[in-house]
Amino acid sequence: MELHDLWFVLIAVLWTGYFFLEGFDFGIGVLTKLLARNRTEKRVLINTIGPVWDGNEVWLLSAGASTFAAFPEWYATLFSGFYLPLLLILVCLIVRGVAFEYRAKRPEEQWQRNWEHAIFWTSLVPAFLWGVAFGNITRGVKIDRNMEYVGSFWDLLNPYAVLGGLVTLTLFTFHGAVFAALKTLGDIRERARKLALVLGLVTAVLALIFLLWTQADNGNGKSLVALVVAVVALVAAIGANQAGREGWAFALSGLTIIAAVAMLFLTLFPNVMPSSLNDEWSLTVTNASSSPYTLKIMTWCAVIATPVVMLYQGWTYWVFRKRIGTQHLAEAAH
Amino acid sequence: MELALAPETVARWQFGITTVYHFLFVPLTISLAALTAGLQTAWVRTEKEKYLRATKFWGKLFLINIAMGVVTGIVQEFQFGMNWSDYSRFVGDVFGAPLAFESLIAFFFESTFIGLWIFGWDKLPKKIHLACIWMVSIGTLLSAYFILAANSWMQHPVGYRINEEKGRAELTDFWRVLTQNTALNQVFHSFSAAFLTGGAFMVGIAAFHLMRKKHIPVMRTSLRLGLVTMAVGGILTAISGDTLGKVMYEQQPMKMAAAEALWDGEKPAPFSVFAYGDVDKGHNTVALEIPGLLSFLAHSDFDSYVPGINDTNKAEQEKYGPGDYKPIVPVAYWGFRWMIGFGMASFSLGLLGLWLTRKRFLLPAAQRTGEDEVPHLVLLKKPLGSRLTRLYWLLAVWTMAFPLIANSWGWIFTEMGRQPWVVYGVMQTRDAVSPSVSQGEMITSLVVLTTIYAILAVVEVKLLAKYIKAGPPELTEADLNPPTKIGGDLRDADKPMAFSY
Repeated sequence: MELHDLWFVLIAVLWTGYFFLEGFDFGIGVLTKLLARNRTEKRVLINTIGPVWDGNEVWLLSAGASTFAAFPEWYATLFSGFYLPLLLILVCLIVRGVAFEYRAKRPEEQWQRNWEHAIFWTSLVPAFLWGVAFGNITRGVKIDRNMEYVGSFWDLLNPYAVLGGLVTLTLFTFHGAVFAALKTLGDIRERARKLALVLGLVTAVLALIFLLWTQADNGNGKSLVALVVAVVALVAAIGANQAGREGWAFALSGLTIIAAVAMLFLTLFPNVMPSSLNDEWSLTVTNASSSPYTLKIMTWCAVIATPVVMLYQGWTYWVFRKRIGTQHLAEAAH
Repeated sequence: MELALAPETVARWQFGITTVYHFLFVPLTISLAALTAGLQTAWVRTEKEKYLRATKFWGKLFLINIAMGVVTGIVQEFQFGMNWSDYSRFVGDVFGAPLAFESLIAFFFESTFIGLWIFGWDKLPKKIHLACIWMVSIGTLLSAYFILAANSWMQHPVGYRINEEKGRAELTDFWRVLTQNTALNQVFHSFSAAFLTGGAFMVGIAAFHLMRKKHIPVMRTSLRLGLVTMAVGGILTAISGDTLGKVMYEQQPMKMAAAEALWDGEKPAPFSVFAYGDVDKGHNTVALEIPGLLSFLAHSDFDSYVPGINDTNKAEQEKYGPGDYKPIVPVAYWGFRWMIGFGMASFSLGLLGLWLTRKRFLLPAAQRTGEDEVPHLVLLKKPLGSRLTRLYWLLAVWTMAFPLIANSWGWIFTEMGRQPWVVYGVMQTRDAVSPSVSQGEMITSLVVLTTIYAILAVVEVKLLAKYIKAGPPELTEADLNPPTKIGGDLRDADKPMAFSY
């Protein structure tokens, strides 16, 4: 395996980590309106991800920066090409981060309600748009001979990509509901399990169509394996949730995300951004990558840093392992 | 009109606005993380309650501030690809690496441990909780280091070669990129300025409360800590500014000539106190100068030759081909002056404060004050009158803004002074912009980001003001009895969380 192939895998790992982790905290954001019956329950949900959402988001920054370093052409084409959707995602992430931190910093109800609306929308919109973006990457977009995106904003909203967006939105919300069942206490925990069933079934239908469509268009043997794993894991996650095995349900909904992202990257390889205009104009792991020297240095950094990051982030989840119920929230907000 | 809205211009405005805005929060984050960590260390070691109250108070302000720093940093990670795709393609092999190191090493550190610190008061034993804020502090420093190394490469590219076939710059020596003198000097200068900024922030807020005789024990300690930080940060900023300046005279003579509005080379060269000139004709009409000082600043020698804007422009034309290699001279000239002026004004106020509030040194015994008294401001032997005392406290409050202004102008000076280059001597800014992004898209992005940033600025400042006025919180039973086990003690499973959103 050459270094640029390894880096293709590492970029896939970073995106997978991002969708696994921020996936459930986007889901929690969406559930503040779908699941919570009152404002205290909203707070319960928000506090399940309180200590961790910021660390989860860094997986995105790492994916972005590593793409810049390992595949500069990919970084340049992707972010200049998907300009407006990316701008919208950035705006959401800006407002969302501030919303979590500032919501409880004033007691006025209106202030808190405004930030709660913000948390819902800024979780929902990126959860949808990331699916649209990845749908477009796998499907291929109009890229010219100079690696420049020449399509329009509306080209990005094709049926396949929009379906991809609905899949990430429902899958993340399902993942979030399973997480909520794992991390909360009392009435909301029961309702999270019930809602997870509905969300799981909707996700299963949408994901199956999307993944089969992907397989039919660009699939290969390996991607078929990933597809099967994703679908089986999703069904098993729904089953574990019904059986009240919350830890298993969460691990399996996570595995669904891992397998689905793996499948997209497997259909992509050795391209990183295929051109729909001409196969020769596609960005590939060879023509978009950095020099061997840069990749070597980056490999050292990633191979050492990533496991360490996983260790201390994992430790954080262990520190905050207790379930949260309404009784754990102090009356007066800080 | 058309020229004013060229994509390059729009992209530059966006980069300037978002970056200067981001950098309002960065120095405060760097210094407040370390200062809060220091205060918490004092609490853990001495168990004096004033230190814990101070930790909670400054920690809260630090968190309000870092939230903005983090979210505005996200834009920075992606706008190179969005607006500067040709830049990204050309330099990604070199420039991307420090950014990736930053996110993999520093960002994860910072963001994970900040979560542990915020929510960990009743989940972590005292010393582990303390270690978390130090981890955050290390994360902020590392993060700034990698970014400054990346920026230094734009100021003075080293450790790379041009690959003609691929049409890009390629990294050949990463260690040199991280340790070249431009990077080390910029890091030194930015870190010390960050502490000057945080010190001034602390002093201003402490002065606000002491003037009203409120929260005296906590604010007395904070005032002292802030003043010492300002004095040390200020002197180091001056020293590192001088060495960085000398490095720049070697590496970017144009920037430094523009900083002085020195149109034609002189031997010895004077330092300009005030100048008003004709940029098109290339000379000053009014100039007030100190002879020989510029030679000294550039080369530590009152008699040496310093090249001027016109000479350097000619030299660069010979080297790089026809064109105008001048930055906007008035921006560089005044940016340089605002940076030094505001920075040193704040340093002087810090030094003055340190003297006025001295504890024992050359202070008559009668003027010494206790832990719960507002310190007297003693110039020689007697305290200042009530009017002068009030004036000093007011000035101290105003000083909070000075380093922020200085930092902003410092960056505007160093970035605009490098123009027309985006990577000095290698790539011009006009060649760096994204060819596939339309003017409409860029304007949309500029307007949207600027609007959101403006709204958030109002929200943030109001929130800071609220928590500043509220003063340090009273300590609760839980604060004074931290858990002994990781994950929290199991005594009472239904106890409310010490901190919740």
